[in-house]
Amino acid sequence: MNPVNYLYLAALLFTIGASGVLIRRNAIVVFMCIELMLNACNLAFVAFSRMHGNLDGQIIAFFTMVVAAAEVVVGLAIIVSLFRSRHSASVDDASLMKL
Amino acid sequence: MENLIALLIAAPLLGAAVLLCGGRRLDRTGHWIGTLLAGASFVVGVVLFTDMLGRGAEDRTLHQRLFSWIPVEGFQADVAFQLDQLSMTFVLLITGVGTLIHIYSIGYMEHDERRRRFFGYLNLFLAAMLLLVIADNYLLLYVGWEGVGLASYLLIGFWQHKPSAATAAKKAFLVNRVGDMGLSIAIMLMFTTFGTFAFGPVLGSTGETSEGKLTAIGLMLLLAACGKSAQVPLQSWLGDAMEGPTPVSALIHAATMVTAGVYLIVRSGAIFDGAPDAQLAVVVVGAVTLLFGAIVGCAKDDIKKALAGSTMSQIGYMILAAGLGPVGYVFAIMHLVTHGFFKAGLFLGAGSVMHGMNDEVDMRKYGGLRKYMPVTFVTFGLGYLAIIGFPGLSGFFSKDKIIEAAFAKGGTEGWILGSVALLGAAITAFYMTRVMLLTFFGEERWRHAATPSPAEPDVEPAAETGGDHSEPHPHESPRSMTVPMIVLAFGSVFAGGFFSIGDRFLHWLEPVTGHDHGHAPVSATTVTAATMVVLVVGVAIAWAMYGRRPVPAVAPRGSLLTRAARRDLLQDDFNHVVLVRGGEHLTRSLVYVDHTLVDGVVNGTAASMGGLSGRLRTLQNGYARSYAVSMFGGAVVLIAATLLMRAV
Repeated sequence: MNPVNYLYLAALLFTIGASGVLIRRNAIVVFMCIELMLNACNLAFVAFSRMHGNLDGQIIAFFTMVVAAAEVVVGLAIIVSLFRSRHSASVDDASLMKL
Repeated sequence: MENLIALLIAAPLLGAAVLLCGGRRLDRTGHWIGTLLAGASFVVGVVLFTDMLGRGAEDRTLHQRLFSWIPVEGFQADVAFQLDQLSMTFVLLITGVGTLIHIYSIGYMEHDERRRRFFGYLNLFLAAMLLLVIADNYLLLYVGWEGVGLASYLLIGFWQHKPSAATAAKKAFLVNRVGDMGLSIAIMLMFTTFGTFAFGPVLGSTGETSEGKLTAIGLMLLLAACGKSAQVPLQSWLGDAMEGPTPVSALIHAATMVTAGVYLIVRSGAIFDGAPDAQLAVVVVGAVTLLFGAIVGCAKDDIKKALAGSTMSQIGYMILAAGLGPVGYVFAIMHLVTHGFFKAGLFLGAGSVMHGMNDEVDMRKYGGLRKYMPVTFVTFGLGYLAIIGFPGLSGFFSKDKIIEAAFAKGGTEGWILGSVALLGAAITAFYMTRVMLLTFFGEERWRHAATPSPAEPDVEPAAETGGDHSEPHPHESPRSMTVPMIVLAFGSVFAGGFFSIGDRFLHWLEPVTGHDHGHAPVSATTVTAATMVVLVVGVAIAWAMYGRRPVPAVAPRGSLLTRAARRDLLQDDFNHVVLVRGGEHLTRSLVYVDHTLVDGVVNGTAASMGGLSGRLRTLQNGYARSYAVSMFGGAVVLIAATLLMRAV
């Protein structure tokens, strides 16, 4: 199968993730969309690795997974504590950092 | 012998330090200390003078180098003295007349509780003036120049509780600053041109310097001389300077300090000889001032201000002579010395009259004083005869020589200058006769002037003259005041003759200043005869106006010229309109430009920054999603730009 198709898929996934971040208000969904964008990148890395015939892309995909796992830990902790204090997971409600 | 030179200055400087720092415990003895130290300086001067006479004309110049003042690479300023015949003449005049005036002040200032301070200032003045004339470079001369300015300021404003005196002192100081600026610029120009400012190298190398530079230096020196010597256009301070005590007027504003400008020009003769344009400016200034001062002197009713006008006019003669070049240098200095005698004598006489008349200065309230003050009358009278140039007296010899030298300038210029000098002589005769007649002759106007009559308008408020309304009891002054007047009267009578017989003064100064006889279009006898004629005319007119008919105790309105002359020929009005108003307008327009243009740019920048940041602030709204939009937008733009660049 032509590896370019995987790239199209990666672009599609990334676009879905990006629009989700911009459009959705629920923090959990936004978070999932971010994960989606990360995995779109991973897919692109692996596809490129295959196309170029070396392992660099594969290795970076592993790094990305590790970073994403760490991010999920911190991110979910923030979202849980936010939900506990405000009883809402809307990102628009947490808009105190402004002038 | 060289080592004595510093002692000349050290004595009065010590006096000033002791008297000004000594405090009240010196109040009783202070005036004696001051007088003794002035006298000591005079004695040192005489010792140096006899020593100088003992040597040949060529090696009379003495040098003393005290220490290096500012030793910098390429800039060497020494505290060093040079005593030649020219400086010697000044040293003797300053210390001699200075000592006499110290003695006079003992009596004159007897009732002043700040007498010690007065003598301290007088000693300070002597030290500064001596430094001015025996410095061997222009920078040290400048120190003395500023020093006499300071002493003059302190002494004019000595009675500082009178607002008029305080203002006059400030005015003298400010006007002098303008001239001082000229001197400092001249010194800077000298340094850039010659690389030094010692008299020897500067005056010795004028031959190799371009005329333009010499003219610039000369004009700046002339500006300095105008300030210090009260010449047009910086003359306005001298009349007001008469607010100071009379001994000050005699010493500083008649005999010595105001002649510093003449010294400066004669000393810098080599510069002016190489710059005919600057010389012409000097001559013009001298001629204009000579008439200006004389006209002002004619209209003043204040005896000291009349004498001040006369001083201005006589210094105009000296500047005129100094501007004539080698023809006139010697005569400028000769007139300076004789003028030092008779004008100091006249001022001391005026002080003596005021002393006996409750400090009244209005001559219209004098009259008939010769019976009451015989010594003052005789000494003042001799000074009067000397200044108008009565044959045989000092002024006759010195002024006659200047008039001759003016004619000897040659050409139309010579005729104009000669005529101006002659006219000046006529006016001198007129105003001095007027002073004489108003003060010592005629009816005793002070008798009824003292009783206030309702018809008399309030023209002279008592507070202004300082006198009280009780009828004065004119009396002769104490011995300490009359003796200096008698000595100065001797000088006024005999100095001119002594100098002129056998051309003694000429031979004495010639090695320093050089001399050139010029070629007079008219013979010396003709000039003398013409001088005599104008003298008689001047005296006769004054007699007709003030001697023959009684003088009103209140000044009549007078013609337009008289009224202008009473206001010093509108000099203050001119300064006010042109300098004060002009300056105000200038500053006002500058302030306007500052407010609109400079502040506009600065404030505009600040305001636009503020507005911009106010708009930018709204971008930070706290919504994470809108930040994300801008981040995505930025990333898209970056990628698009990268792709675009690659495509191109």
